[in-house]
Amino acid sequence: MSTTVDLEKSATAPTFTGISAGRKARNGVATVLMTLAFLIALVPLVWVIWTVVSQGIAAVVSSTWWSQSLNGLLARQEGGGAYHAIIGTLLQGLVCAVIATPIGIMVAIYLVEYGAGTRLARATTFMVDILTGVPSIVAALFVYAVWISIFGLPRSALAVSLALVLLMLPVVVRSTEEMLRIVPDDLREASYALGVPKWKTIVKIVIPTALSGMLTGIVLALARVMGETAPVLILVAYAPYINFDIFGGNMASLPLMMTVERANPTDAGADRLWGAAITLILIITIFQLLAAVLSKITAPKTK
Amino acid sequence: MSDPTVTDGPTGTGEPGDRWGGSVSAAVPEAGIPPTEPPPPEEGTAGATFVQRGDRIFRFLATGSGAFVVALIGAIGLFLLIQAVPPLLQNNANFLTSRQFEAGDPNNLHFGILDLLLVTVEVSIFALVLAMPVGLGIALFLTQYAPAKVARPFGYLVDLLAAVPSIIFGLWGLFVLAPAIQPFALWLQNTLGWFFLFSPGNVQIAGATVFTAGIVLAVMILPIITAISREVFQRTPRTQIEAALALGATKWEVVRMTVWPFGRAGYVSASMLGLGRALGETIALMIILAATPAIFTGSLFDGGATFASKIALSFAELNNNLSAGAFIAAGLVLFVLTFLVNAAARWVIGRSGAKA
Repeated sequence: MSTTVDLEKSATAPTFTGISAGRKARNGVATVLMTLAFLIALVPLVWVIWTVVSQGIAAVVSSTWWSQSLNGLLARQEGGGAYHAIIGTLLQGLVCAVIATPIGIMVAIYLVEYGAGTRLARATTFMVDILTGVPSIVAALFVYAVWISIFGLPRSALAVSLALVLLMLPVVVRSTEEMLRIVPDDLREASYALGVPKWKTIVKIVIPTALSGMLTGIVLALARVMGETAPVLILVAYAPYINFDIFGGNMASLPLMMTVERANPTDAGADRLWGAAITLILIITIFQLLAAVLSKITAPKTK
Repeated sequence: MSDPTVTDGPTGTGEPGDRWGGSVSAAVPEAGIPPTEPPPPEEGTAGATFVQRGDRIFRFLATGSGAFVVALIGAIGLFLLIQAVPPLLQNNANFLTSRQFEAGDPNNLHFGILDLLLVTVEVSIFALVLAMPVGLGIALFLTQYAPAKVARPFGYLVDLLAAVPSIIFGLWGLFVLAPAIQPFALWLQNTLGWFFLFSPGNVQIAGATVFTAGIVLAVMILPIITAISREVFQRTPRTQIEAALALGATKWEVVRMTVWPFGRAGYVSASMLGLGRALGETIALMIILAATPAIFTGSLFDGGATFASKIALSFAELNNNLSAGAFIAAGLVLFVLTFLVNAAARWVIGRSGAKA
């Protein structure tokens, strides 16, 4: 009986052995854990968005939300809107972008076109990295220390914009730098070969080629800083009315409106709080979509 | 510094400009004759180089902007220090060891940062402990496990977490998350209360604790850890992965033997960048953490304030330079702290050879 069994057994061990149960189990557990980690991250995302939408939708569908301020309304009175805060957020963001974009682009041009490998360029890269990690509250304190303590200027929307510049600048530099680096050197050399000066090459050849990615980076950076709350909290006071003057006076913004209305215990306060939250998310989303559209429109035409 | 080498060609416009270098070794571009060796612009080997006025201006602007950024970081430290020194000289309490931070009255300043430091560090470390394993799992899932088609949109979803403003995370944390996890928090206090981390806290408002704040903070730093780790893991040499597969390794063994050793340093520095972000997070913590006059006991169920939340909470009402300076001193400590953590993270990332 046993001889037949021996005969059917192969003389050598099989070349490929199956994966042992233990290894299979470990592989399975690892796969499950990693998928789980990803699903865990989605829970707060969905939960936060659901919270904001379900709580704030009532306020933003009101007819006055997008067109009126809260001027003259009592804390417990329903009605009014976030127009003043939307204006403030957009205005402060715009001024910030106007200052941060040219500086950021020039820094990136320096890093890619002029400074490559020099000590100053290395120091600049390092400092841009550090600037990325500067907390928004520290940026706000810095502007306060210079603008208000030393120069004695009043709190204003412009001070907020300056603090936002500190936060936006490193993002613009990093994204622009990356885009400039992927412009092929052939293009630059072809331009030099035609006798075009270096600065004209950068302005007319390099930047247009990289423009699509640069714009995306700038708009995304802008979307990011518009949600910053710490600078508006410290550098400007809240106003329930519309103010276009960035050099002085109180000005509302959506994050500031939220911190103010949080202290308002009435139902109207809760509506405004979550309404402002959903408006802020909407504006940021619109800017992100805008970034995607801009990058499509301005993409270099390839045949 | 390399010379900006712009060739005007033999029939140059004759604009006034400095002559830079006299070598004629490189090909002079001429119509019809393609240069055999195009002059590499960065090395200054081109012949007959003119530097136009426009070039000099442009170069100056670019270099100036670069120097501006370097100066900016120095200026932040310097100006914060200038503002912080006068109140520090008039401080009636020890700045480093006092647990009270009272700077409202400029004639009687009592401020110390010990409690702020302890709360800041504890909430950040707690967030990091929660976020690190999850971030690692997500990064590995997105780079090694998820099908290539869905990896990008999935990654975009995780990045969306970074786009949500921190004030909204704060509101969600206090009003929605805190009540939801309250039973779990109570259970922890009842069963593990003998351990100082889980002992009953010093705040009355349910959920306005380091515990809730740490969980929210973990969610906020998750996208940073994930994004950088993903980038590093993606750079694992394909040949190593394939060699491991050819030896019969399972997916998990591939990750453990090739991806992990390659990306470990990048993952560590990604986590440190996340820590830097957590240390400086302001508004979410300001909203969640309940202010309390009681001193911090080290429990996760304590309230309190971090550097950033304390400054944000009190700063808006300040109108004299001394009181403001006291908070600026706290801000300076925070700046130094985040600077050190970020610089260390960059150092690790630089050594690992992966750029983030």
